[in-house]
Amino acid sequence: MAEVATEHQESASAYQKGGRVRGGAAVALALRLLSVGPLLILILLIAGISQSTPYFLKPVNIGNILAQTAVIAIVAVGQHLVILTRGIDLSVGSNLALATVIGGLVFRVEDSAPLVALAMLATATLVGAVNGVVYVYGRLPHPFIITLATLSICRGLALELAIGHTTMRGMPDWIATIGGSETFGVPNSFFVVLAVALAALLMVKGMVWGRWIYAVGGNPKAAVEMGIPVKNVLVSTYVIAGFCAGVGAIVLAGRTGASSPLYGNLLELDTIAAVIIGGASFLGGRGHIGHALIGAVMIGVIRNALNLLDVDVFFQMIAIGLVIVVAVEADVLRSHLEAKARAIQAARVQ
Amino acid sequence: MTTPVLAIRHADKRFGAVHALKDVSLEAYSSEVLALLGDNGAGKSTLVKCISGVYPLDEGEILLDGAPTAFHSPAAARRAGIETVYQDLALFDNLTPAQNFYCGHEIAFPAWLPRGLRLLNSRTMEREAAAVLERLKVRLPKLDAPVALMSGGQRQAISVARATVFARKVVILDEPTAALGLRESRKVLDLIGQLRAQGAAVILITHNMEHVVELADRAVVLRQGRKVGELKPDRAIQQQLVSMIVGAEA
Repeated sequence: MAEVATEHQESASAYQKGGRVRGGAAVALALRLLSVGPLLILILLIAGISQSTPYFLKPVNIGNILAQTAVIAIVAVGQHLVILTRGIDLSVGSNLALATVIGGLVFRVEDSAPLVALAMLATATLVGAVNGVVYVYGRLPHPFIITLATLSICRGLALELAIGHTTMRGMPDWIATIGGSETFGVPNSFFVVLAVALAALLMVKGMVWGRWIYAVGGNPKAAVEMGIPVKNVLVSTYVIAGFCAGVGAIVLAGRTGASSPLYGNLLELDTIAAVIIGGASFLGGRGHIGHALIGAVMIGVIRNALNLLDVDVFFQMIAIGLVIVVAVEADVLRSHLEAKARAIQAARVQ
Repeated sequence: MTTPVLAIRHADKRFGAVHALKDVSLEAYSSEVLALLGDNGAGKSTLVKCISGVYPLDEGEILLDGAPTAFHSPAAARRAGIETVYQDLALFDNLTPAQNFYCGHEIAFPAWLPRGLRLLNSRTMEREAAAVLERLKVRLPKLDAPVALMSGGQRQAISVARATVFARKVVILDEPTAALGLRESRKVLDLIGQLRAQGAAVILITHNMEHVVELADRAVVLRQGRKVGELKPDRAIQQQLVSMIVGAEA
């Protein structure tokens, strides 16, 4: 009797399993598609554009796109870390402007590339540290507020400090080379992007600190309970975002051979858009450096293509806005699918 | 009489006007499951949070192996060998089971670097996590998928298994079966039995009297922040336990 019962149970559960596994496979496939979605879209985009305008794939144009994308990509790497912890840094654009102005002022005193570069990095990193410390230790409800404040303060400071309150010409040769020249036909700024991305990748995936960033983003309360130094982790992401803005300042000042309090206007939105379009999540703890880079390139490609196709500049803004909506919807869809996968797992155990 | 692994002496805790714990004392011994019972708001969770370092006690002391200790943070309690399985599981949905296991306790090198700057030894962590899951007979669909994709029971098992990796002295489980179906509950109860067999002092908070009678060696009952009884649970006194919890005994 008992044997019969078990047999019956087993066959019932096997039957159930057959039905469920297929549902599970579909959900798993959809999740996988979503995770490579941004890259797929980028490839399709490039294929489509190169069909309609052959100039698009010319090495000169690709070099252009890379150079134009470099600053967004570098700063987006920092923004990505902040967004990983469910935060946001609105100050990166004006922070970058302030950094170039400080660098420009140092250049007027001393024509030394290391000194100017150091000044830019130190300025931007300091602003990032202020963001992080005030947000965490000032117990602000959301980083939105403090970074909005420093957005305004940095822009104001940059305008106040810049000689004539406007663009200042001149950068040390070495910095101009980093930002503006090419090596083997590839813009040097591309190598800077590569270096920043690799360094971030090493930290985020290889180091304990990076694991903690993901943990804090995934579940801040649990991170405290598991003994992770949550406050310091949060502060560090804003410091790194500031540092990245400083690197972006060096590249931009180098490319233009100037520093300006007007640089980096709306860069915060471009970088946030890059991270979200690339497939990272506002829900925290999901996404990797590649997402930020793919998103930055996608923005660069869309802008470049619309330019080549002689589309009105305002349409660029509309197009990028639409892409953001699609990306955020994909994010929502993903969390929905994850819940579904969980339900399928539970059904299997019963 | 052996020294209790964990002893609470005259614990007192207030939150403003709320007197959450009033002069509570209890002891937990190695290789023993101590059930902590009480109605909602009786002070169970507060007591647990004081033990695991989330709140400091206003008065009274905590002794670990007979020595007075004070934990100023959950990290300090973990370092001392006290692990807590929280009701919300404290899992990181975006990380894999192995990453969850070692979060905050990562295996990394080289030792001379500050902890945060060390490089993760992912392979060792994955291997050891897999070994622990194997030993505890926890079966998961995929070890490299984020736990967001796993069922309630699987997540619970991961959370309990994580506690077993690091609990050298005490494991506290806060309603570990509250959200689970029958079969998944059974697995968690088996895990608790294995914890006890390993020599841990287990403190179990639950509302399920069946589980108490089945597993617990002793039961402590709290009501309105006060300890109202301590007894050895068995089927005969199950009703008495319930009366004690709700305060209905004459």
